[in-house]
Amino acid sequence: MSDSKSVRNYVASHVRDMPPSGIRDFFEIVSTMKDVISLGIGEPDFVTPWHVREAAIYSLERGMTSYTSNLGLLKLRQAIAEYLHRTYNVFYRPENEILITVGVSEALDLALRAILEPGDEVIYHEPCYVSYNPIITFAHGKPVAIQTTQETGFRLNRAMVEEKLTDRTKAIMLNFPNNPTGAALDLDDLREIGELAVERDLIVITDDIYGELTYDGRHTAISSLPGLRDRTIYLHGFSKAWAMTGFRLGFAAGPAQLVGAMMKIHQYTMLCAPITSQEAALEALKQPESDIEEMKAEYKQRRNFIYRSFEDMGVPCVKPKGAFYAFPRIDKFGLTSKEFALKLLDEENVAVVPGSAFGACGEGHVRCSYATGMEELKEAMTRIQRFIQRRVPAEVG
Amino acid sequence: MDELLKLLKKNALETPENLSKMLDIPIDEVKTRIAEYEKSGIIRGYRAVVNHDQLDIRQVTAVIEVKVTPEREGGFNHIADRISKFDEVESLYLMSGTFDLLLFVSGRDLKDVAFFVAEKLATIPGVLSTATHFMLRTYKDHGVMMEPEEGYERLKVSP
Repeated sequence: MSDSKSVRNYVASHVRDMPPSGIRDFFEIVSTMKDVISLGIGEPDFVTPWHVREAAIYSLERGMTSYTSNLGLLKLRQAIAEYLHRTYNVFYRPENEILITVGVSEALDLALRAILEPGDEVIYHEPCYVSYNPIITFAHGKPVAIQTTQETGFRLNRAMVEEKLTDRTKAIMLNFPNNPTGAALDLDDLREIGELAVERDLIVITDDIYGELTYDGRHTAISSLPGLRDRTIYLHGFSKAWAMTGFRLGFAAGPAQLVGAMMKIHQYTMLCAPITSQEAALEALKQPESDIEEMKAEYKQRRNFIYRSFEDMGVPCVKPKGAFYAFPRIDKFGLTSKEFALKLLDEENVAVVPGSAFGACGEGHVRCSYATGMEELKEAMTRIQRFIQRRVPAEVG
Repeated sequence: MDELLKLLKKNALETPENLSKMLDIPIDEVKTRIAEYEKSGIIRGYRAVVNHDQLDIRQVTAVIEVKVTPEREGGFNHIADRISKFDEVESLYLMSGTFDLLLFVSGRDLKDVAFFVAEKLATIPGVLSTATHFMLRTYKDHGVMMEPEEGYERLKVSP
């Protein structure tokens, strides 16, 4: 490679300049280690309910191995429309207001590419899922982050959004219950943010993937609030509540104009979501309540357990309201979140994810997933306690 | 069923301290409620779920369908009570369908169980007929898989 200097860099600058995910390098370290208890996992530890897997197998036995309509199987869209209406009190027409996608990840990408002109601004809140900032950039938009903090329970309110508005603001992205903080929004805050979107003619993109996993009270879909349905792209999928991450199945629901635009990109890039996954999802919607309730009850017990354990250790942690993450604050031990995670891994074989992977304001925290069996969770908390007992908090010492 | 009972049914060895954390209730309340369940008889005991196939012991289990004549007073209760007193009988249920009582019986070997059926069970007044089925292998017992599926390892860190 003596002439490497003369080789042109063919990678587009907006891709070249994007740093790789902070989770990625941490994953590389963890994957080389043995007997690690991992609280670093962003997916359910439950296996997809058997009747759902069985339906997928049956569809293969019947030889259902073809493409589907670009929008996805009509009967699945009908089942989704019915489920959303029953669960979140908002109705979408299966014919042209619902698009089946390859996970919410694809749907998010489609939504941004469908609405953004180069330079349009998208407001989102951090700490957040690792992809938000990059996919806005890849869609040639400008990411505008709102920093949420432990002091306010990682919640978002109207004033915080208002502060970031400019005349280039096109959309606001929401994700509650939140990965990585477990925060949820109060109905009042949701309503006020919705009102602001109406007043300022903003599109709302809401990633409601953890909606069902809300432990205290019920989740409200922002699109069910007055005036919001026709400016909201509602994103949801089967990964979390139904434990179907590997099926890669999500959907977008919204006004026909926006879903139609997303569909245009989807048909030329993805064609359609895999039929096996669509058949499985159709089965998943046949008895969603009983499938979800059982897993949710167990997540809630683990949520209580992990929260109380941190409380007993004297590690400040906002009580998670949903999803399956706790986001304790560890800055008093005088380590950065990455140092804390690496040392914990090294000394106690417990993997947590550095908070900085989820945005700058995640620094000082680590994400602990409780989508882990109770026995492992108990052992992990014992080890974390041992780990922090060896460290005199910086503020005291 | 309340959550505390559900957790104990899953793992009776769970400590009151952990139960208190998981249910977000004081530890004393956990202890009091368990004591109440025990006292009132809602909790009748705690025992291990054992995979007998893995042990090198001589034991057979049979499931026996029994047809009986109910009595004018007491219906099936009297005869069921009488049968359940035998040590060999591990479980006994009153059933709907083509027979009346279903028994789970254990013995050291086939002869042992045959003896119980012929000499004890079938001779009880009111027992009309029996049909004995021997268990060959246990796949699942009390909700526990005897040979768990080989685990599939997820990624250790994911977003």
